[in-house]
Amino acid sequence: MEALELARWQFGITTVYHFIFVPLTIGLAPLVAIMQTAWYRTGNERWLRLTKFFGKLMLINFAIGVATGIVQEFQFGMNWSEYSRFVGDVFGAPLAMEALAAFFVESTFLGLWIFGWDKLPKKIHLGCIWAVAIATNLSAYFILAANSWMQHPVGAIFNLETGRAEMVDIVAVLTNSTLLAAFPHTIAAAFLTAGTFVAGIAAWWMVRLVRRGDAETARDVYRPALVLGLVTMLVSGGGVALSGDLQAKLMFQQQPMKMAAAEGLCATEDGAAFSILTLGDLSNDCDGVVHLLEVPGLTSYLANGDFTSTVTGVEDLQARYEEQFGEGIDYSPNLAVTYWSFRLMIGLGAGSAALALAALWLVRRGRLTDKPWFGRLGLLAIPTPFLASAFGWIFTEMGRQPWVVHPNPDPSGVDGVWMLTARGVSTSVGPGAVIGSMVAFTLLYGVLAVVWFRLMKRYASEGVAATEKDPSPDARRDDPDDASDRPLSFAY
Amino acid sequence: MDLPLIWFLLIAVLWTGYLVLEGFDFGVGMLIPVLGRKDKDRRVLINTIGPVWDGNEVWLLTAGGATFAAFPEWYATMFSGFYIPLLLILLALIVRVVAFEWRGKIDDDGWRAWADRAIVFGSVVPAILWGVAFGNLVRGVHLDADHQYVGTFWDLLNPYALLGGATTFLIFLTHGAVFVALKTDGDIRRGAGRLASRLAVATLLVAGGWAVWTQLAYSTAWTWGATLVAAVALVRLVVLTRQGREGRAFAASAVTIVAAVVLIFGSMFPDVMPAVDPANSLNIRNASSTDYTLTIMTWVAVILTPVVLLYQGWTYWVFRKRISTAQIPEHTGLTFLRR
Ligand code: HDD
Ligand code: HEM
Ligand code: HEM
Repeated sequence: MEALELARWQFGITTVYHFIFVPLTIGLAPLVAIMQTAWYRTGNERWLRLTKFFGKLMLINFAIGVATGIVQEFQFGMNWSEYSRFVGDVFGAPLAMEALAAFFVESTFLGLWIFGWDKLPKKIHLGCIWAVAIATNLSAYFILAANSWMQHPVGAIFNLETGRAEMVDIVAVLTNSTLLAAFPHTIAAAFLTAGTFVAGIAAWWMVRLVRRGDAETARDVYRPALVLGLVTMLVSGGGVALSGDLQAKLMFQQQPMKMAAAEGLCATEDGAAFSILTLGDLSNDCDGVVHLLEVPGLTSYLANGDFTSTVTGVEDLQARYEEQFGEGIDYSPNLAVTYWSFRLMIGLGAGSAALALAALWLVRRGRLTDKPWFGRLGLLAIPTPFLASAFGWIFTEMGRQPWVVHPNPDPSGVDGVWMLTARGVSTSVGPGAVIGSMVAFTLLYGVLAVVWFRLMKRYASEGVAATEKDPSPDARRDDPDDASDRPLSFAY
Repeated sequence: MDLPLIWFLLIAVLWTGYLVLEGFDFGVGMLIPVLGRKDKDRRVLINTIGPVWDGNEVWLLTAGGATFAAFPEWYATMFSGFYIPLLLILLALIVRVVAFEWRGKIDDDGWRAWADRAIVFGSVVPAILWGVAFGNLVRGVHLDADHQYVGTFWDLLNPYALLGGATTFLIFLTHGAVFVALKTDGDIRRGAGRLASRLAVATLLVAGGWAVWTQLAYSTAWTWGATLVAAVALVRLVVLTRQGREGRAFAASAVTIVAAVVLIFGSMFPDVMPAVDPANSLNIRNASSTDYTLTIMTWVAVILTPVVLLYQGWTYWVFRKRISTAQIPEHTGLTFLRR
């Protein structure tokens, strides 16, 4: 393999890995903040126990999100230095803003939250977790601004003299239509992930306690958590579908090739059908594609809101791109990956939202349940939105290939601001270095994944009882100076 | 206004923030096996930096992001050129982050021993390699006419850069020892104080030697000022640690680091990445972004950096008390198996 392939694999591995943990942090931080707010408002102990329980899970997860994020920040320079030279004038800005506006807040206030239980007045301590929650979401905005610009460059020109893209309008970059659709979609997906996580664990515990005869704790502590999780799932499930539809419509305009590939649509069609099951050979050409199961007209509807409209297929698009950008290049992404990642994203995510509806019915009006399958289903549901998010990114990023910066199709748009992935890779880094780093990252990440999983499982299986071992924060007095000689309650 | 110059200075400020702040938490991490004989001692050490190490690390991420935004060519050439050292730094930082956060989650000696190893590794490696990297930046590296790094990994390991690595290693170690003395009580405080006074002497010799080498071989006249400040601060550090004046000693080690950054950036200026063949050097002009981007970023930095300083300063104030083994509870975390 060449440095290019290896660098792509490495980027894919490290980023998908980073994004396993990211959605849970983005969604769970606000949910923990909501739990703590409920405690602050009502003074009800159950919310304190839940705050600490899910707070610890969030911290275990947060650590690995931070650790893998550091790699992301430097990878562009290491493996994609030509890309960095070309786009740095535009692309670096949101990255720097993310660090200044979001990462500082996130890390500083998380430290205050962890160590401040008995040092800060309750209200300010609550403010700290909200600061973390808002900052994680803000960081998503800036990084998605950078990513959306690669999907659909705006606010920039190509400077012939310097041979690079240069920013002319930061507002355009930060209000990119692609970003305005991708941000709600990604955030909704993150809330779906965290909602499923909370609901799944609470469901399992509720069943377990009822069966052990402790219906009281089940009702008092886990049922409220379950309902919070389920409602989050429902709302964000809707949000994911709505914003996803918006994105799909945009993508049909901005990257028609990606969407044609996602539908396995080789020839241009009127009233194009939405395929549910398609077989193809892996040679990645159109001849091998056989559609087995289809919903007539749906693809046209997704693209244009009209069941009979015309959708351009891969072959015609290829011809169009060749005319514009030169022959001899395959402008279509890997069809099988694009097709399947799109379906898996929707299917896995929609599945978990549907579960939420059924579960809400089961626990309606204060009911509990002791059905073992319900507890098990709760646990089984937890990984689905994680997987859906991963497939969403694989779809978005691999569907963009062979471009690393996809040309903006708007004729008034950004002439010359585009780049093929093959041109973005570092020229001064040999395959040996990339192999070495890829092996190192992959091994280390593998070990960390196992540890992360064991820790999460261990803490989840202890339940809220785990929090009883901490010295109670209620012992704290409002004069923070007093607190110095008492044990740290939530420390390392 | 000369925007590339402003950004050169701002990036120097970000590195200063990073090295001064993360410098002491690298030091504390490296001192775990030295000062932390018993588990409770080790936990005291880790908890002195517990609330702040993550915020300190973001100074690095900001310096990285700012370099990308303001000097894309510098970002691209440096990180692709220094590939292997940077990879080692990243691996070190990864294990360090998770070790801090996960160490107290499991109540088991073997587990904690692993976490401690990761923290020590994760602190030693970057503490040395940042010095090596900056040494090479000051000395100049092999760049071709396209500003691509054409040297090898071994070129980076020259005597001058290695002395730079020894310098940052020792400075951070001393800085950390002084910080521990400042933040703890009891035996640990005394041990850290004694250690700091011995380390200070070694630092004076090595860092002083490196500064003079830098000054004579690679620098310009005005950086003598910085070298002088560094020398005075190092001597003060030796004196103050002997007298056990922890606060002032910490200020002295911080001033040393600031002076070292001034010396490094002053020596590079106006280059950001000097090349062995000066015609190929990257400087603040040919590496920088457009004025438009720099203007936007200047506004962002000028508004946000003081805010960051404010709330980070507040954090240090909230956690200003000394800690000792008395505040460390018997157990934290669960056992791997249910009891
Ligand atoms: C949609 C959200 C999202 C996406 C697409 C990415 N990240 Fe991320 N990142 C986060 C959302 C996030 C977060 C939620 O803010 C994290 C996760 C855990 C955390 O502490 O912050 C984070 C952590 C995190 C950190 C550590 C921050 C710290 O020390 O506090 C860095 C440096 C990055 N990320 C950088 C990146 C880069 C360069 C990416 C692009 C390739 C990237 N992230 C993709
Ligand atoms: C966290 C969510 C993300 C995931 C899971 C993800 C996933 C991927 C994957 C799988 C690839 C490989 C595509 C291929 O080579 O076929 C890729 C490529 C790439 N992505 Fe992303 N990505 C994410 C976010 C981002 C963001 C936020 C940026 C920029 C700010 C970005 C920049 C890139 C670049 C530069 C490449 C080029 C390398 C390549 O094509 O392989 N990605 N990404
Ligand atoms: C009704 C269902 C959905 C539709 C129509 C939909 C549509 C889309 C589209 C068109 C994209 C590509 C955008 C691009 O290329 O820039 C996308 C990306 C993505 N999807 Fe979905 N999606 C749906 C459900 C989900 C679910 C359930 C999840 C996760 C829980 C999810 C997570 C993601 C993620 C993380 C991305 C990549 C980030 C982005 O570009 O926004 N999606 N989705």
